[in-house]
Amino acid sequence: MDTDAYKIQTRNLDLYYGTKQALRGVSIDIRPNRVTALIGPSGCGKSTYLRSLNRMNDLIDGVRIEGDVLIDDVNIYDKEVDVVELRKRVGMIFQKSNPFPKSVYDNVAYGPRINGIHERQKLDEIVERSLRRSALWDEVNDDLRKSALALSGGQQQRLCIARALAVDPEVLLMDEPASALDPIATAKIEELIYELKQNYTIVIVTHNMQQAARVSDYTAFFYMGQLIEYDETKKMFTTPEKKQTEEYITGRFG
Amino acid sequence: MLTAKASEPSVRSKVDKTEAEGVRLPALSTKSFANPVHPGSPVRRFIKADLAKRFRLDEFLAEKLITLVAFISLATIVMIFVFVFREAAPIFSGKSVVEATTTQTEPMETYGDEYVGKSGGAANSQNQNFISVETAGAEGKASLSNLLSTTWQPVSSQPKYGIVPLVVGSLKVTLLAILFAAPIAVLAALFTSSFAPKWAKEILKPAIEVLAGFPSVVIGFFTLVTLATLLQDFFGYQFRLNAFVGGAAMSLAVIPIVYTVAEDALAAVPRYMSEASLALGATKWQTAFFVTLPAATPGVFAALLLGFGRAFGETMIVLMATGNAALLSLNFLEPVRTISATIGAEMAEVVFGDTHYTVLYFLGAILFVFTFTLNVVAEVFVRQRLLKRFRGG
Amino acid sequence: MKLRRKLLGSSIVTLTALAAFTIIGVVAFVMGTIVLGGMGTLSWEFLTSSPTEGMTAGGIFPAIAGTALLVIIMSIAGVPVGTVTAIYLSEYASQKSILARSIRFAVNTLAGVPAIVFGLFGLGFFVQFVGTGMDRFFSGGAELQWAQPNLLWASLTMALLTLPVVIVSVEEAIKTVPQDLRAASLALGATKWQTIWKVVLPNSATGILTGGILAVSRGAGEVAPILFTGAAYFLPHLPGGLSDQFMELGYHVYIMSTQSTNVDATRGIQYATTLVLLLLTFMLNFSAIFLRSRIRARQLQ
Repeated sequence: MDTDAYKIQTRNLDLYYGTKQALRGVSIDIRPNRVTALIGPSGCGKSTYLRSLNRMNDLIDGVRIEGDVLIDDVNIYDKEVDVVELRKRVGMIFQKSNPFPKSVYDNVAYGPRINGIHERQKLDEIVERSLRRSALWDEVNDDLRKSALALSGGQQQRLCIARALAVDPEVLLMDEPASALDPIATAKIEELIYELKQNYTIVIVTHNMQQAARVSDYTAFFYMGQLIEYDETKKMFTTPEKKQTEEYITGRFG
Repeated sequence: MLTAKASEPSVRSKVDKTEAEGVRLPALSTKSFANPVHPGSPVRRFIKADLAKRFRLDEFLAEKLITLVAFISLATIVMIFVFVFREAAPIFSGKSVVEATTTQTEPMETYGDEYVGKSGGAANSQNQNFISVETAGAEGKASLSNLLSTTWQPVSSQPKYGIVPLVVGSLKVTLLAILFAAPIAVLAALFTSSFAPKWAKEILKPAIEVLAGFPSVVIGFFTLVTLATLLQDFFGYQFRLNAFVGGAAMSLAVIPIVYTVAEDALAAVPRYMSEASLALGATKWQTAFFVTLPAATPGVFAALLLGFGRAFGETMIVLMATGNAALLSLNFLEPVRTISATIGAEMAEVVFGDTHYTVLYFLGAILFVFTFTLNVVAEVFVRQRLLKRFRGG
Repeated sequence: MKLRRKLLGSSIVTLTALAAFTIIGVVAFVMGTIVLGGMGTLSWEFLTSSPTEGMTAGGIFPAIAGTALLVIIMSIAGVPVGTVTAIYLSEYASQKSILARSIRFAVNTLAGVPAIVFGLFGLGFFVQFVGTGMDRFFSGGAELQWAQPNLLWASLTMALLTLPVVIVSVEEAIKTVPQDLRAASLALGATKWQTIWKVVLPNSATGILTGGILAVSRGAGEVAPILFTGAAYFLPHLPGGLSDQFMELGYHVYIMSTQSTNVDATRGIQYATTLVLLLLTFMLNFSAIFLRSRIRARQLQ
């Protein structure tokens, strides 16, 4: 495998909400099949950056982007790029799990159905595979018709992961996926992330530094819309280069 | 040096061990450790062509169709304007379109028909009955003088289209309706927002909803059969169906509107105002009357406007409760004819295109413009004044 | 002085309470009179048989059937249009655009137009304009079929009248669908319309139903718009098609109590017809309120 190729590259990314600038000149290169964590205090722009990677920011009125976001050398903000197709390849897990008020099966099958897959057997396969990959299969396969809302918080989040996996993305974006969960559910999710990076490139936003240290290969530290430091996690947490990074990691602010 | 590891249980024992040793891992082993991808698994990549923007027919059609259908509401309002004014337009050119030869239908008995006629011209007690009349040849033109005259007698050899008694009739009934409904509705709204215990609210609000749900023909029927008799027995006036009875009946339809809008306005008064008043030692009623109510004035005023508009345009209640005589007087105990009732009663019997038809549409146009203006004023007034008030304007 | 203020205070409170209970009393009184007056004549036979002996006896089945046909056709025309308009306003229109604001303004204005003006519009537009056009198209103007008051025009007029009611109800329900469900759908690579069709609409079904019920309630109760667009007092048989006239409950009460040949003798029928109408609207409104509270409860979740 060519370890020098980057999956996602951001070059001098500026983002404005109207007149307010939320991201300043962010340049990061994200490696494939690795977990990259984005950390920083509230409002530092990490979630905004994450959402730029699947163009979910487009949904907000008055958002303006300058700079480049390249995935496999394709500029995703190019006028010729179809946003809907992009989002099939870059999946997203949200902070608060948001399963549809449908059955477990229909939640996971939602994506494939949208892509035109309707044969029962194929859907069954995809649903099972996705649920296995998100470590939820054993807990729900007795009744896939059960309403998704009847699951526990942690299970719902894993369902959301299964749902995202069902469309077979290449990248998974996770916006504080475990922040609303208890420690045991959190641990399950973190274990899952470790498994998932075999097949997916994962970018995860977290406000929990210990989680970042546990889970990620690379970490990017954001502050006030700017990228302060970006390095291998082990290095960042043991010998950070910038003073600000050190202060944040040791809990002196944020 | 710092170790990010506090005392968090680690998920992976491998990492734990190397961490615990506090040794910085040599670059090579870190890399290989962190690379669990099985060799030979397909590397997936973005291809620009795959992501090319495509035209989705169903998406395009859905959006266009939805936008188009949404226009129906806008189109309807515009078309109501257009068509009502179109049919009324001949009035302005002063010509009658068609020479009418109308034969009216069979004589009909109206309930409580004891009105003794007293209108300007022909004093026949037939204003409530449609008698067979043939009007031949050129009819009375709907000229301005005719329209502004005080006789409404479209069915006769010399048709008179004086709309004044009709306008006055509408105003009489509407004013009476507001007179009866406003105090009751506003006070009741004040009761709900400031004094009422929970159980009272739970009875009153559904009662209002039920009242609002009464079809106007039901209110009209109730008045015709029961209320009119009651009122006449109680007050002892001459005519059983008159403006007073119509107003009383109308108030039943107006109360829910005034109540609902006034109650919204009262509830929208910021709590800090009433709390400040109470904190200064004022009683509940002083607060309600001198702080909350005044603060809700724009909303209450809008409520009255909307109630007025509703009463002015209402048809069935007046058709059944006012006696339907196009009299012009300031006496509230005499029968009246409103604009809406005139249209409702006479339109079905009129020839398409003739003067009578045109005048009726003209009346409809007046009604439409009047209620339209009232609604716009109510909306603008409330929004503007309300905003000004609560922003310290 | 204090005593006087106290008295003033209690009298004000009493006054407002009096006003409130007057309303309750009046509502009870009206309902009571109608129920008592109509109870005697109301029966299964009354509801299922036709009028006899020159409308002085028998039942009101044709009026019930006519009313039913009216509201059914009205709903078929009005509920989809209202729903689609609500979808447009909440999902497609940018809140600031002139288009969105004019449509909203139009909806609010429509809600305030008197029912009789709708009747005038129905007559001038549907009966005269569209009807004449249709007759000219189908038979070269020879046959007079569509250019007169009938079931179709009355239903369409009523559909326009009740459009604002449907739009408001559906919009209310659409607003309760949480934004993060839409986000989840879009993030999976669904298009806007797919999201609306598969996520938003199914979750707004209750609101659409509520809107439909409220529209039907109004459609069954309003008489002014159908006075000259299609309703008739005596018809020998049920409407066979859209171009026929029809009997209707509210219209029946109106004509029978003001213009029939023997008003006193038919009083029982009048009361009973009114009672039927009242019960119908009552049940419809009640179910709509019930559904609406379900929608509000879900929003609080």
